[in-house]
Amino acid sequence: MLHLGLIAALLAAHFLLPAYHHGNLARVMVLASYALAYNLLFGYTGLLSLGHALFFAAGLYGMGMGVQHLGLGAGAGLMLGIASGAVVSALVAALALRTSGVAFMIVTLMFAQAGFLTILHFGEWTRGDEGFVLAQAGRVLWGMDLSAPGTRYLAALVLFSICLLLSLALVRAPFGRVLVAIRENEERVRMLGYDTQAHRFAAMVASGTMAAVAGAVYGMLFGYVGATFASVQYSILPLLWVLLGGAGTVLGPFIGTLFMFYLIDLSSGLTTAYMLIAGVALVGLTLFAPQGIMGEVRRRFWRGLP
Amino acid sequence: MSLLSVRGLTRDFDGLRAVDGVDLDLPEGEVRALIGPNGAGKTTLVGMIAGRIAPTRGQVIFDGRDITRLPAHRRMRLGMAYTFQITSVFAGLSVAENVTLAARRRVRGAGLVQAVTQALVRVGLEARADQVAGDLAYGHQRLLEIAMGLAQRPRLLILDEPTQGLSEGEIEGFQALVRDLAGEVTILLIEHNMAVVMALAERITVMAGGRILAEGTPLEIHANRAVQAAYLGGGDAADR
Repeated sequence: MLHLGLIAALLAAHFLLPAYHHGNLARVMVLASYALAYNLLFGYTGLLSLGHALFFAAGLYGMGMGVQHLGLGAGAGLMLGIASGAVVSALVAALALRTSGVAFMIVTLMFAQAGFLTILHFGEWTRGDEGFVLAQAGRVLWGMDLSAPGTRYLAALVLFSICLLLSLALVRAPFGRVLVAIRENEERVRMLGYDTQAHRFAAMVASGTMAAVAGAVYGMLFGYVGATFASVQYSILPLLWVLLGGAGTVLGPFIGTLFMFYLIDLSSGLTTAYMLIAGVALVGLTLFAPQGIMGEVRRRFWRGLP
Repeated sequence: MSLLSVRGLTRDFDGLRAVDGVDLDLPEGEVRALIGPNGAGKTTLVGMIAGRIAPTRGQVIFDGRDITRLPAHRRMRLGMAYTFQITSVFAGLSVAENVTLAARRRVRGAGLVQAVTQALVRVGLEARADQVAGDLAYGHQRLLEIAMGLAQRPRLLILDEPTQGLSEGEIEGFQALVRDLAGEVTILLIEHNMAVVMALAERITVMAGGRILAEGTPLEIHANRAVQAAYLGGGDAADR
């Protein structure tokens, strides 16, 4: 109910917001989809990955390279992006899940760095750091021009709604309940007869593929593909968004992404030292709401919040 | 026929032999107690039976099948359940959800709610189904642990020190529960409380120093001088 309300509010915002915030919110919704993907693995399964930029970039580049170099249409490009995200996350999961804890963080970070360097290495096709702008012709899906602000906003809303409702369904399904139990006490889950390793693998592939979907759509909507999105910064960002919004809550990722986006947006209008303001706000939140915004809401007002 | 057989099971920890060539046969339907002083190797032995610890040598045979190489979750699916010595319920989830997780591997759909309720009724926690497990009193958490074991409908239920930290009244409730289960489920009970062991076990296996010291009915064990010397520390202590 609450989740449908958020979707309805975002739809209403489409007609009400001034152009500047309208564009921002479209971006926030796509990034929040990325945060939702991250939350599946971090918030619900309890695995802290520092390499999710690799999956985001796999979607982004799978789509971008397909459209730019293979001459694919928008639909086929998106599919290629999603497929490359699924393959890359399955490969990384198969190897990285042999470790846990700090080792898992380091292994995922290393894989993401290797991916980042690979993109730079093949600069001839990827245009490296500089990136490339997606041709206008490749951004038309079923006759809709995804570069136009109106369709772009609605496309972002569709993506976000799908990711949100999918997360919600997954978390409520038996599979999701087992993931939460693994986060709480893996050994006990194993002794109840569940193959915890297979559950973790599935969670990581689901999370990586959803991140790739967000990456592919991001490139499609905003028309730019660049190596920055594969850098370590884009691995850290979803972690921050989720921590701020509340790990292990369905709405947290959106709230966190929105909060952080506007925090940086507003503070950069005041001073060039905007990262300082963002940093202070982060420290404040961790001190006074260590479970994030929605985590705090759950703790104080509504224990059943999913 | 034996539901569980263990042959020559051995486990070394860096040169320390925790379990040393243990043979054990557990017939279907029996309630067996496993006792012994601290460090006798009881938890290591059941750890190897349940698949939590890999044996250095030896075999575990369950229902006629060699399961020595099977991972723990596959053994549980064959019909084992293991309740932890240190309470390890999912503290953040509700009581009902804890039991649901245990039951869902076996039943889905309509039967699930019924199976969960049944297990909760059996341990007397049905009124607390919606409470968060971490908020339960310690004794109730122990009972929840047992309910999770029951919800799995195991053929072999391994209870690792189930009465540890329970009050007198709760121990009585636990004994009634096990008597109720006897014949239905094969039970392997690790227990320090001798009164509980004498009251519940059909047979007792005594371990000391990683080996099996004696095996027999409660009366035989009670009268066994070697057991008294190694474990009970003298004849009079047996009546504790």
